Amino acid sequence: MNNFNPVEFSAVFPELFMAVAAMVLLVAGAVRGNGLTAFISWSVLATFAITAMFLLGIDWDSRTVMGDMFRMNPFTGFIKLLILAGLGATTALSVRYLYEEAMARFEYPILILLAGLGMMIMVSANNLLTLYVGLELQSLSLYVLAAFRRDNARSSEAGLKYFVLGALASGMLLFGVSLVYGFAGTIDYSAIGGSLATFDGMPVGFMVGMVFVLVGIAFKISAVPFHMWTPDVYEGAPTSVTAFFALVPKIAAIAVLMQLLYGPFGGLSAHWQQIIWFLAVASMIWSALAGLVQNNIKRLMAYSSIGNMGYALVGLITGTPQGASAVVVYMTIYMIMTAGVFAIIMCMRRGERAVESIDDLAGLSRTSPLLAYAMAILLFSMSGIPPLAGFFGKLLVFQAAIGQGFYTLAVIGVICSVVAAYYYLRIIKVMFFDEAAEPFDRQMAFAKRAVIALSVIFVLFFILKPNMLVDTARHTASALFSG
Amino acid sequence: MLEIGLSHYLSLAAILFTLGVFGIFLNRKNVIVILMSIELMLLAVNINLVSFSSFLNDLAGQVFAMFVLTVAAAEAAIGLAILVIFFRNRGSIAVEDISTLKG
Repeated sequence: MNNFNPVEFSAVFPELFMAVAAMVLLVAGAVRGNGLTAFISWSVLATFAITAMFLLGIDWDSRTVMGDMFRMNPFTGFIKLLILAGLGATTALSVRYLYEEAMARFEYPILILLAGLGMMIMVSANNLLTLYVGLELQSLSLYVLAAFRRDNARSSEAGLKYFVLGALASGMLLFGVSLVYGFAGTIDYSAIGGSLATFDGMPVGFMVGMVFVLVGIAFKISAVPFHMWTPDVYEGAPTSVTAFFALVPKIAAIAVLMQLLYGPFGGLSAHWQQIIWFLAVASMIWSALAGLVQNNIKRLMAYSSIGNMGYALVGLITGTPQGASAVVVYMTIYMIMTAGVFAIIMCMRRGERAVESIDDLAGLSRTSPLLAYAMAILLFSMSGIPPLAGFFGKLLVFQAAIGQGFYTLAVIGVICSVVAAYYYLRIIKVMFFDEAAEPFDRQMAFAKRAVIALSVIFVLFFILKPNMLVDTARHTASALFSG
Repeated sequence: MLEIGLSHYLSLAAILFTLGVFGIFLNRKNVIVILMSIELMLLAVNINLVSFSSFLNDLAGQVFAMFVLTVAAAEAAIGLAILVIFFRNRGSIAVEDISTLKG
């Protein structure tokens, strides 16, 4: 462990590269000022691409490095690629938006880069300390991003709300971590799992600690009843930031949850299944009902993301490789669909100003038919209508749940998904059958077109080659269970 | 003579933590009080970590506490910065004024 080992070093190389790039770009920005925003944004995008190439280039065999604090295996590798893809998409989408909304300051892309670094670290954590530091690096960057439009009352309020509730969640998680540490005697994931086996009956303190950790992570994935911040933050934050929130941190938090529940807390599955069951049911029901009355499309997407986390938890609860791979597939499809939807929401501009109510979409099929059809396809997919990709995500998740005998959960899930289809279909009705409103501004950045096109193509043609993703997911998920 | 043991430290930490959580939810006046409550929660966790560390003869807990202190400082800095821009926009930091966004 004391000798410098290049093989060991290679596993953390992508993260090191990101950290160094963040510091170099920060210095460049500090020296040259906001004139460099566009350059730094594209450099951050290039950083993500290069990091992804490093990640693909290194060995994904299961191993722990850096004194067992950092883990590399096919699961973390795949999730990190997914995170990088999401980060790249949101960075590309936001460059033009920053200039349109007159908030082009060079800190924005660097904060995204740092948040991404935090997510990569927390996904690779093999130790509660690594997990905590990664999670905080992510959260602190996200608080600033939410309040990034500092001359806007709603954005600063969103930032404040997110900060208070996020800090509360981190405090809960940390309290849980301290209890787990005290009763297991270690902060290493595998050693915690090992110490569980030596107990004669479960110490109450360990259980309480686990519950607090789960509560902290439930805040991060915005599962009901810990979702209060989500609609407000999604609505108040600048749209490019909302897109980022919806896409990337959710994936990282779900991945961390899976690693904790199947790793150190694996022996307690009978206990955590009850908690996850409740979170999943509450999220699905609440998002389906509250989404019905929303008129702001960003708020609607917040409830949609709450519901989607509920469906992901349905797959997660099974604790089997099949369920885990269903969650990975579900999250991948969710990320791609949401990226497309947010790219379209960012096109909703009228007279140089962003509009965000659902009525503003009225008659879109006549004013810009291509956009309307793209949105319709993505929304059909989100509501789970075959043969689009969203249907298969839900199918796999429910299949996994039924395979393990979670019949009630699966039935509630299907019913909620039908109810939630109403609010997706309502948008389609507004776009195609309502009196046309004024058309949106014509010009569309290349990045928006590219993201919309890729996401629609993925959603439409997923059915032709579903096994490409499903087999990869199965392979990556099996790494979670091989120790 | 009362022997101060692990359970006393844990109870103290649990009480402080609960006070912090209640400070966030029951306080209707001032956002600064919320920031103080957050600090209180993190310090309660530090008591937990250090007392476990000493009880278990294991250094990991104390190392963890150092990290928590550092992160808490960063968190307070960011919280105050966000509070300042909120005050500039709204001219108030009363909790009941954080209410433009709802639905």
